Amino acid sequence: MKIVGLSGSNIGSKTRTAMNYVIKTITENYPDTEITLIDLAEHNVQFSDGRNYLEYEGDTKYVAQTMMDADAIIIGTPIFQASIPAALKNIFDLLPEKAFLDKVVSLIVTAGSSRHYLIAEQQLKPILAYMKAQIVQSYVFIEEKDFYRKEITNDDVLFRINRLVEDTIVLADTFAEIRDKKEAEYGF
Amino acid sequence: MEKYRIDPSKGLEFGIYTLGDHLPNPLTGERISAEQRIHEIIEFAKLADQAGIDFFSVGESHQEYFATQAHSVVLSAIAQATENIKIASSSTIISTSDPVRVYEDFATLDLISRGRAEIIAGRASRIGLFDLLGYDVHDYEELFEEKFNLLRKINEEEVVNWSGEFRAPLKDARVLPRPKNGSIPIWRAVGGTPTSAIKAGYAGVPMFLAHLGGPATTFKRSIDAYREAAKLNGFNPTELPVATAGFFYAAETTQQAQRETYPFINEGMKLTNGRGFPKQFFAQGADKRDIMNIGSPQQIIEKILYQYELFGHQRYIAQMDFGGVTFDNLKKNIEIIGTEILPAIRKYTANN
Repeated sequence: MKIVGLSGSNIGSKTRTAMNYVIKTITENYPDTEITLIDLAEHNVQFSDGRNYLEYEGDTKYVAQTMMDADAIIIGTPIFQASIPAALKNIFDLLPEKAFLDKVVSLIVTAGSSRHYLIAEQQLKPILAYMKAQIVQSYVFIEEKDFYRKEITNDDVLFRINRLVEDTIVLADTFAEIRDKKEAEYGF
Repeated sequence: MEKYRIDPSKGLEFGIYTLGDHLPNPLTGERISAEQRIHEIIEFAKLADQAGIDFFSVGESHQEYFATQAHSVVLSAIAQATENIKIASSSTIISTSDPVRVYEDFATLDLISRGRAEIIAGRASRIGLFDLLGYDVHDYEELFEEKFNLLRKINEEEVVNWSGEFRAPLKDARVLPRPKNGSIPIWRAVGGTPTSAIKAGYAGVPMFLAHLGGPATTFKRSIDAYREAAKLNGFNPTELPVATAGFFYAAETTQQAQRETYPFINEGMKLTNGRGFPKQFFAQGADKRDIMNIGSPQQIIEKILYQYELFGHQRYIAQMDFGGVTFDNLKKNIEIIGTEILPAIRKYTANN
């Protein structure tokens, strides 16, 4: 199974800190999976201009292709101005309409305030649903106070991330199994 | 319809089109040479002609996994190798070519083929060719509209006076040679949404409607929108031909047809389009109401007649070679079309 961890902002450290923990958890506990971290802060991604993703070059092509090749994607995102970062929205815009068909997608949200809790529910999930993702319903919401100098200090957050990782992998496995069974019935 | 060389009394025309893709056979992983692929396309057209198929067209794509970038050159070889079949492009990307040169090529093709050439002009679904051929993709819409209009003007007028944004003006220009009968049919290629069907209708040009899959009734919307737009702009829709084009594959049973074609379509789309063809969607294609004509000969006949009743179109164009399908299987398909499908379609749609 190919899992991609996407750190969806080109500034800040909280989301990346949480994603580092995700990568560590997967590497230690699921040695059979292939995990790739994409931190948008480390890539020079151009704005989508509507072309087929195969026609981009460099970092843009790399990021789009890696997302397309994934079986499961764990998206980490901060909340800026009561919404998702432009850098993250641009990734969705680079991809085809049904890019997440047959992919499981789960979410980790970091925010400076609890007032942003429903942003992912109301703004991010509809995008993922439109793009045909199997969304892991519960997401992990982490606040400023749960971090101290680029470490997560709240054990409850670490436990919730562990559960999210487990749910993502279990669901990806299960959906693949259901799909294989169904497709075998088609007989072609 | 006569202007477009279509005789409605003969019923629905049946054609074949190839995008000119050059993909590995997904079952063996092997890819034939571009040389062999081009020769097979010419041979394919020859067999189609011998089987009594009405129409054959070749596409222009300037990207990896395609072999007919110079589609008009391939068509001229086909013109020489065939006797009766109509030949065309599917489509010519007029946006990134000079309409004068395109017209010279196709008028010549019309003379070589003794009056069998047509142009289907499209906008390209990819943008790589804009860089390759030196155009700015930001002019995507305008390049097409301006050049398509110029192409049609050259077709209608022997002496052309024209000026525009993307090409040097023409002053009392004679674009030669002229086609055998003065002009050739020029179609507008339309995909997916009714929006571009409306543009074709508004201009009163024949429409070539490409489709992948889904209920035929969805595509009926584009055809209705096309005819409505034509009517609103003063054209008579009953004088404007409509062609539909999409996946076709015949085998003894529907399941065998699906089995023999799915891996080719799925892997071919992955390589050229970046996404495969979902199996569930493909399985639904077997339903009579779905527009994909993949199945047993009898089922395909029923589907084509159902589509004919629904659309009232003049030509159906089958795509059956996508994704590295072997030439043997193409030959089998042509035989089935010639011996079973064509006679049935003509029996039911021609006025006898």
